[in-house]
This record gives sequence, C-alpha cells and structure tokens, in this order.
Amino acid sequence: MLFWQILIDGFAISALYALGATGFTLIFGVTGVLNLSHGAIMVAAAVAAWAAAGNWGLGPYLGAMFGVGVGVLLSLATYFLIVQRLQRSRAIREEEKEIFILTATLLWGIMIQEAIAYLFTNNAKTVLPIVEGVVTIAGVRTPANEIFTACVCWLAIGALWLFVNRTRAGKAVLAASMNPKGVTLLGIELSAVYVAVWAVYGALAGIAGVLLGMFLGVSSYSAGPLTASAFSIVVLGGLGSVSGSLIAAYIVGYLETLTAYLISPAYRAIPALLLLVAVMYVRPRGLLGRR
Amino acid sequence: MLARILKSPPVWISLIVVAVASTLPLYVSGYVLGLLTIAYYFGVFSMAWDLLFGFANEVNFGPTFLIGLGAYTAGILDSLYQPPIILCIAAGVAASVTGGVVLALPALRVRGPYFGLTTLVAVLMLQNFVVVAAELTGGEIGLTVPDVISINDRTNYWIALGFMTVSGAILYGLSRSPVGLILQASGQDAVQAAALGFNVTKHKLAAFIVSAFFSGLAGALMVFYLGAASVGTFIDVTVGVQVIVGAVLGGRRTILGAAIGAVFLIAMGEALRPLGDLSTFIVSAIALFVVLVFPGGLLGMLKGAREAT
Repeated sequence: MLFWQILIDGFAISALYALGATGFTLIFGVTGVLNLSHGAIMVAAAVAAWAAAGNWGLGPYLGAMFGVGVGVLLSLATYFLIVQRLQRSRAIREEEKEIFILTATLLWGIMIQEAIAYLFTNNAKTVLPIVEGVVTIAGVRTPANEIFTACVCWLAIGALWLFVNRTRAGKAVLAASMNPKGVTLLGIELSAVYVAVWAVYGALAGIAGVLLGMFLGVSSYSAGPLTASAFSIVVLGGLGSVSGSLIAAYIVGYLETLTAYLISPAYRAIPALLLLVAVMYVRPRGLLGRR
Repeated sequence: MLARILKSPPVWISLIVVAVASTLPLYVSGYVLGLLTIAYYFGVFSMAWDLLFGFANEVNFGPTFLIGLGAYTAGILDSLYQPPIILCIAAGVAASVTGGVVLALPALRVRGPYFGLTTLVAVLMLQNFVVVAAELTGGEIGLTVPDVISINDRTNYWIALGFMTVSGAILYGLSRSPVGLILQASGQDAVQAAALGFNVTKHKLAAFIVSAFFSGLAGALMVFYLGAASVGTFIDVTVGVQVIVGAVLGGRRTILGAAIGAVFLIAMGEALRPLGDLSTFIVSAIALFVVLVFPGGLLGMLKGAREAT
C-alpha cells in the first residue's frame, strides 16, 4: 500500500520536476545562460492562472492558457530586456558576462517575485484544477489531478523531443547548441533561434508553473526554492543534457518522496542535497554531462 | 610604496569619508547608528567577496556559508559555555577559515559555473543543518546569544566602523600588492599565469582563506552586536544575494566600491521602507538598472564621468 503510494506520488512529482528542469537545461544548453529568474517565472505563470481562472472567472482551461502565456511573455522579456543587452554589451569582458547574467536574472527574479507579492499578497494559492475527483489505482486513492499532471508533463516533454528532433526549426536549435558559428555560416539567423528557444522555454516553465499551482499550490516565496531545485536537478544530470535532467529529476523526486513518507517531511530536501554534493565531488560534470 | 598608496585619490577620499563617519554619533539618532552598524558589517562581507570575484575571478555564490559558519560557531560556543567573547570570535573565525578550505579544495578543481554551484549547495546544506540541529542552533526561530560586546549604540558603531576601515585597508592593500597582481593574472588567464611560474591554485586558495577570514570575523562580530543569530540574517541565500549585489553595484575589482555598494544598498532599503512591500522591488530595480547600464558599478560611473570631462 505504502509502496504503491510512494511509487505514484513520486512519479507525479518527478514528472513535474522533470518538466521544470527541462526548460532550464534547454536554455543553458543552447544559449549558455543559467536563468536564475526561473522560479519566479514559474510562480508568475501559476499566479496568473490562479487570478484568471478564479478572480476573473475565465474558468480553468482559459486560466491555464493565460498562465502559460504570461510565462512566455516573461521569458521573452527576460531575453530582450536583460540577457541580450548583457551579451551584446562591450563594457563587460567576455569572461565576466556569466556573473553579470546570473546577477541580473537573479535581480529580475526578485523583482517579479516582489511584484507578485505586492499585487496578489504572498499567501499560498492553489490554481483551479482542470480535472477533479479521485481514482483508485492499485488500492491507492489518488487525485485525478495528479495523474493529469504527470500526463501533461510527459506530453510536453515528448512534444519538445519531437520539435528538436523532427522539425527543421528544432534541428536549427540543436545545431546552434553544438556550434553557433557554424549555424550562422549556414545562413540561419542565430538571434531568431535564440528568440524561439526563449519562447519554448517560457512555455515549458509556464506549463510547469501552472501544473505546480494546481497540484501543490504556490506562493511568491516558492520562487527561490523552485530555482534552486531546478538548478540542482540540472547539475545532477549534467548541465545542458536533457536526458540527464530527466533521470536526475526522477532520482530527486523519488528520494524526496521516500524521505517524506518514511522519515519525516521536514527532512525531505536533505538526501537530494547530500547526493548532489557527492556527485559534485566525484563527478563534477554530472551524470550525463558533456564537459 | 606607502606614500604612493596614500597619494591615490580613492584612498584619501575614503580616509576623509571615514573621518566624517566617525563623528556621526555626535549628531545622529541611535536608529541611524544601528542601521549603519549593520551596513558596515555588510560592507566587509562585500569586500571579502570582491577579493574572490574581482581578483581571483571565482564566483562564490556562498558568501553566507562562510559568514554563517563564523556567526553560528561563535554564537553557539557563547550560548553553551560563555567563555570570553574574544575566544568565541576566534573560534568563529577558525571555523570559517576551515570551512573555506574544505569548500575551496574540491571547488577550485572545477571550472566556471560548477564552482558557483558547489558554493551554492554548501549554503543550502548549512541552512538545512541549522534547521535540523535545532537543539544546538535554535533552528528556524534563531539562536539567542547571552553576551554582547556593548549595549552602547556609539561603541558598537565605532567598533563596526573601525573594523570596516581596517579590513578595507588590509584588503585594498592586498589587492594592490604583488600578490594581488598575481591573483588577478591567475583569474584572467590561469594557464599563462602558471606558465610564468606562479602557483595559481596556491594563490587562489590563499584568496579564499583571506576572504573566509574576514567574512567569518565580520559574521562573529555581528552576532555579538545583534545578540542573536538566525538563518534569515546570516545564511539565507537572499543575504548572499545582497552581499553580491552590493559588490557588483559598487564596482567589481575595486574593494572599496564593494563597501560603498553594500552600505548604499542597506541605506536604500531602509529609506524606502515607508513604501512597504514595494521597497525590495525598487531596490532590485535600481540595482538591475546599474548592472545593465553601468556595468562598472558606482565607482566605474564616477571614473567614467571623470574621464569624459
């Protein structure tokens, strides 16, 4: 009974982690940017969906779509207002750009978080779920919403896989991650590829945020921990490796669920952190890292 | 050497500023003094961070790991056995330096973002440890320290100001010394620095130890000023962000700029407090604006203005 419960809960949570981390690692792999406003964008999407679905009476479907839209807009704003400016700046030396992008996206994330807290207070909010009710799987009463979350996450990840491997635009993205200069020589506009990647990233972060809002609820305080967990999953799996992130998301998700059920929910973050430290010491490039 | 340092404008300007600041207790309220006392400790945090980032070019996302180790070691020792305060502070510094070496040895092997990540994870670990070992550390509620250095606003203010001045002088002198130049060379091109016969790892490790020393000392002193330690004031990632933003805001690779940026940041946060929830938003927006438009920071802005005229 407990076994099945851990298996099912862990699966749904891990799927959510996987989706959140996939976007994060996509941006890093293609554009080399670690976006520290990641958590804030997820929370913003969730709160937008919450406000649209409940307060403005748009209903769960339109609300969720509105939330994802906000995620895409914020992600594009991050690119155009901050990342692009810094990447093109001549006043900053090449090797220092990384820290400037990190600092700037961090500040941007804090701004989004504070704006949410100001406009919608920092109480926890649960987005109106699209699916309601309870199903019984293998004797475990599971909210249908949990299964819905896992399915949507995997559909989104699958769609991303199809996009990258089966479409022309996706192949350009893949090529840009391998060799940006080569892509330019082939006549593909690199900045157009980057804009597309940031838009896709926004959609992924938006979906992950809205689902998280339906499943566990969010508050503006969740922004920091969300960024941190995406960060550690991506590092564990290897920066820039999507399949590594997926595996790492499942390891972290199940470790947390196991700890929460078997030991105490208060300790749930600790085993994953210990594992992360161990991996950093033994194999700093992560499980499937390229460098 | 000393005469040349004394002639450079940033040094004598800072000396004048410190001289003026030391007379402040004569005519400002205790409230302002308390605020500035905290701001000066943050100034030391930022300067210690700038030595690592600006010179060794190592992005340490975990300044609060070093600060928190120093603060909590000193605080716990005092709350358990009440030895003389100076012993507690020494223990805090020792813990911070040890923590710095433990963190630096494996972290210096890895490059770029991985170094930053390792340090960030260290902060999260320390934070979890403090919360879990609540019997020792006071957990999420915080630790109350039975002794304080002084209950007099003015004494505390002068201690903080003096401490910041001395730390600033040492760190600034170090950054302008041959060691500082080697450090800068190692940061910019490690391979070439090594080819010139400098031991890059040794210098970076030394920078880490110096940074840990001042972070831990400042953290321990701040505990005995506040009379309490909590995750929110010493360890939380947002505290580390404040330290980093202070240094970048003031102007990286300047040491003195870091102190200015940190004091400015704290003063701004307090000045905007009447705006309530929006104050953090505005402070972040200003910091973001400076980072985007004047990447050289406040000091870089002044320098640019002087060169333009």
